[in-house]
Amino acid sequence: MTDTITTTIDESVLKGSSASAAAGTDEICMQVNKLNLFYGDAQALTDISFEMKKNRVTAFIGPSGCGKSTLLRCFNRMNDLVDSVRVEGEIILDDSNIYAPDVDVTSLRQRVGMVFQKPNPFPMSIFENVAYGLRLQGINKRRHLEEKIEWALKGAALWDEVKDRLDESALGLSGGQQQRLVIARAIAIEPEILLLDEPASALDPISTLKIEELIYELKSQYTILIVTHNMQQAARVSDETAFMYLGEMIEFGETNKIFTNPEKKQTEDYITGRYG
Amino acid sequence: MDNNSTSQHISQQFDEEMESLRNKVLKMGGLVEQQINGAIKALHNTNAPGAEKIILKDHKVNTLEVKIDEACTQILARRQPAASDLRMVITVIKTITDLERIGDEAEKIAKMALNLAENDTNFHSRYAGFRHLGDGVKRMVHDVLDAYARLDIDAAIQVVRDDDVVDNDYQELMRTLITYMMEDPRKISEVLDVIWAARSLERIGDHAKNISEYIIYLVKGKDIRHLDIEEVEKDILSD
Repeated sequence: MTDTITTTIDESVLKGSSASAAAGTDEICMQVNKLNLFYGDAQALTDISFEMKKNRVTAFIGPSGCGKSTLLRCFNRMNDLVDSVRVEGEIILDDSNIYAPDVDVTSLRQRVGMVFQKPNPFPMSIFENVAYGLRLQGINKRRHLEEKIEWALKGAALWDEVKDRLDESALGLSGGQQQRLVIARAIAIEPEILLLDEPASALDPISTLKIEELIYELKSQYTILIVTHNMQQAARVSDETAFMYLGEMIEFGETNKIFTNPEKKQTEDYITGRYG
Repeated sequence: MDNNSTSQHISQQFDEEMESLRNKVLKMGGLVEQQINGAIKALHNTNAPGAEKIILKDHKVNTLEVKIDEACTQILARRQPAASDLRMVITVIKTITDLERIGDEAEKIAKMALNLAENDTNFHSRYAGFRHLGDGVKRMVHDVLDAYARLDIDAAIQVVRDDDVVDNDYQELMRTLITYMMEDPRKISEVLDVIWAARSLERIGDHAKNISEYIIYLVKGKDIRHLDIEEVEKDILSD
């Protein structure tokens, strides 16, 4: 009897390897060095430095106004669109600084896709929504587009729900479907990194779970950064968590550790819902 | 992260739930301590009514265990506690299992006291080593409950160490009891009862040690079960 039991125990269980470590690699995807960001005279981010590993999900948590969305927008230089913004420090992607003067921001944004809090489909058909980025890349052949769109919609777990009505307006989809459509649009151009800014905060619990499931599936192909106000969501979907407060990164570490035994008192107070 | 106060949550109701949970565990601990002390006393004095009282009271310990378990389930379901709050709830769930088992062992000791009382044993004069073992175990349980109430790591580590002493005392008592049996085979049945009671005491020591380990997990977030205590102490003190 004892023999049977010992032989059926999986080796990996005994080694205690966590699911997160098994899923990703240790290859560094992006490295942030002493990043400071100012809106005019006001400093919004202070000395942010950390590394993100490839094929992992990193969650950014913290109270409103702590700079997590601002930080997320640094990764595809969305902050450039705000006039008064000044960025110091560097973000290294594939050995080069994305804030170097010679960087082509358009091609950077092809590599770093973004999805926002409110689903923002274009007022056109489902097909054309996903085709939009591909057409911008110069892909116009119908067959090629169809293949890519099917692939992207399948990747975003939406294909089965929309395959018979691709020519209908995207505005007729439910909120959860619209958000998955937007994710399909983002992954259609095959970015390396996906930035998700509160992707599920406007959705009902079931749609939220579908998005979370999608994040889990997408991480085998992409490195994902997610900003969320929902701490349980961060705990569920991420491999690593960063806690931010007043523009500083207070703690960055494995999600398992942050949610069971954080190093810093500020992190502890925030995730346990205490007065800081 | 040494923030183990149950208070200071933005939700005052959550504070109250955690505080009430803590108090219930302390109440259960107090009750279990009374049970052990009562059982050992009944054995020493071969006091049958005293032993019966202990046996009848065990259900109170069991009822508290069920109630506390339910409170923990509700907190997990409704509050989704994290970090020290999560460790607190997990610690409580594990602690009360050990407390309930300590209660069961106290009941077993009381049953042995009943057996011995029926056979008119003069326990007090014959089994001095048992008293020594009993004192050590009672102290362990008292100290571990105290360490839990004050979240005192040093006291918890001391209880882990004390368990080694109790284990040694138990072995020594066992050798003495075996000698008694060899010397006077007519007493084998009586001495076996004492052996069972001693075995229960030793088990209680193990449960107290388990609880100390949970306290260290609660305060330090480190699981020290099955590790060498010298290394654990070095590791914890180095933080």
